Amino acid sequence: MISNGKSKTVIELHVNGDSHEVMVRSGDTLLDILREQLGLSGAKRSCENGDCGACTVLADGKPIHSCLSLAIESCDQSLMTIEGLMGSPIQQAFVDNWAIQCGFCTPGFILNCHALATEHPNASDEVIEEWMCSNLCRCTGYQEIKEAVQSVVRASGNA
Amino acid sequence: MIPFDFEYYKPATVAEACETYRTLQEQKKSVVYYSGGTEFITLARVNQISADAVIDLKGIPEVQVLEMQGDQFIVGSAVTLNQIAESRLFPLLAQTVRGVADHNSRNKITIGGNLGSRLSYREGVLPLLLADCKVRVAGGMKGEGERVVSLSDVFDKQLNLEQGEFLLQILVDKEYLDLPYVHLKKTKQSKVDYPLVSVAALVKDKEIRMAFSGICEYPFRLGEIEEVVNNTTFARKEQLKQVVGKLPAAILDDLHGSAGYREFVFRNVVQETIDALEWAQK
Ligand SMILES: Cc1cc2nc3c(=O)[nH]c(=O)nc-3n(C[C@H](O)[C@H](O)[C@H](O)COP(=O)(O)OP(=O)(O)OC[C@H]3O[C@@H](n4cnc5c(N)ncnc54)[C@H](O)[C@@H]3O)c2cc1C
Ligand code: FES
Ligand code: FES
Repeated sequence: MISNGKSKTVIELHVNGDSHEVMVRSGDTLLDILREQLGLSGAKRSCENGDCGACTVLADGKPIHSCLSLAIESCDQSLMTIEGLMGSPIQQAFVDNWAIQCGFCTPGFILNCHALATEHPNASDEVIEEWMCSNLCRCTGYQEIKEAVQSVVRASGNA
Repeated sequence: MIPFDFEYYKPATVAEACETYRTLQEQKKSVVYYSGGTEFITLARVNQISADAVIDLKGIPEVQVLEMQGDQFIVGSAVTLNQIAESRLFPLLAQTVRGVADHNSRNKITIGGNLGSRLSYREGVLPLLLADCKVRVAGGMKGEGERVVSLSDVFDKQLNLEQGEFLLQILVDKEYLDLPYVHLKKTKQSKVDYPLVSVAALVKDKEIRMAFSGICEYPFRLGEIEEVVNNTTFARKEQLKQVVGKLPAAILDDLHGSAGYREFVFRNVVQETIDALEWAQK
């Protein structure tokens, strides 16, 4: 049985292919620990309520809101943050399609889209929309984001 | 960050979970079962819930089951809503839970958490109420092990388990899985939102069954409403009036929608559902 008392405990998180020891309270969210102990600030803190998707990370390949996970429950998962996705096709697609304005939502969108392209290389528009509903863009650049996402999903589907 | 400290336990077996609960109780600690954890974290962050300890149920193999076993479809309580949606073994359940929250959240929200939610919606329960399903429950203070009961015995408006009990599995008979069905969810504005009205319906033995969420302060299935819905002697307008008259509680009146607007949407949704299923009654 995994357990953690009320005091801080050292746990191991597996992030972007590396293992890191971090010291957590049970009440620390995954978002807290990624940003504050591992310096992985790509996951953004915004609503902390599951509404905006700015904090998206991949847990065993699935996009989740890191604000709604405890760090302690994530220690048996393989985590990926935007810092682990350097030079990927979806990042280039966002550049090519001008899908970035202030950039605050971008890491979340990119990780979500990366997971989508991996799981559904031939995703229909309906599936793309279903997945992308998890992320909000305050700058409202949805059309460009949609085009970037479609270009990558189509490209990987044709590969 | 959650502003209070608590102990975290993730047992690997039902027995370990029960033992942990009892030990913590003996120490006079307040304990919360934790599954997807999204509701616990959301409420705890703003001090609307507190606990000395949480027991994370996800490590118990039985709560992760999602498969046909003989003539029963078994859904473990910690199966995520996306896993259910993708499995499509029970299409009405798959479609209903696919309408809950957003895709990312559904990778975390579990069916057990949805049924145990403090929020009034609990949309995942609607198809289960229609399918007369059973649930396997474990835990409790007396240490009597597991019990299998009808969902309706432990779910009335909300999940009502004995102290220390938790939902282990949901059991659905095969005969309900492929019946004609409809699920409709109407929200105020955005696709991803709590429902103004959510209805799940299926046809069994030429009779329409319907369960609702969003319209009143709890989800429900009501025999009196189904009697009206299946009474073909009513003109449609009269039928809808009667259905509204049989609602078990006041229509919700809040920021998501006024009572008047909700009633308007409710009538349309009931009508749309009957229209869509009429063929299956013949
Ligand atoms: C962004 C967002 C949007 C949402 N939209 C909707 C919506 O449209 N419709 C809707 O119906 N809901 C919606 N919800 C609410 C969500 O379904 C509930 O909050 C649900 O409780 C979350 O499940 P969980 O597994 O994460 O819960 P947890 O936080 O793990 O648990 C929730 C409650 O259930 C209890 N519990 C958990 N597992 C068990 C078990 N096995 N046995 C007994 N009790 C148990 C816990 O003790 C706790 O009280 C939304 C939530 C979010 C975050
Ligand atoms: S910060 Fe996590 S969803 Fe908004
Ligand atoms: S680019 Fe600014 S929030 Fe999306």
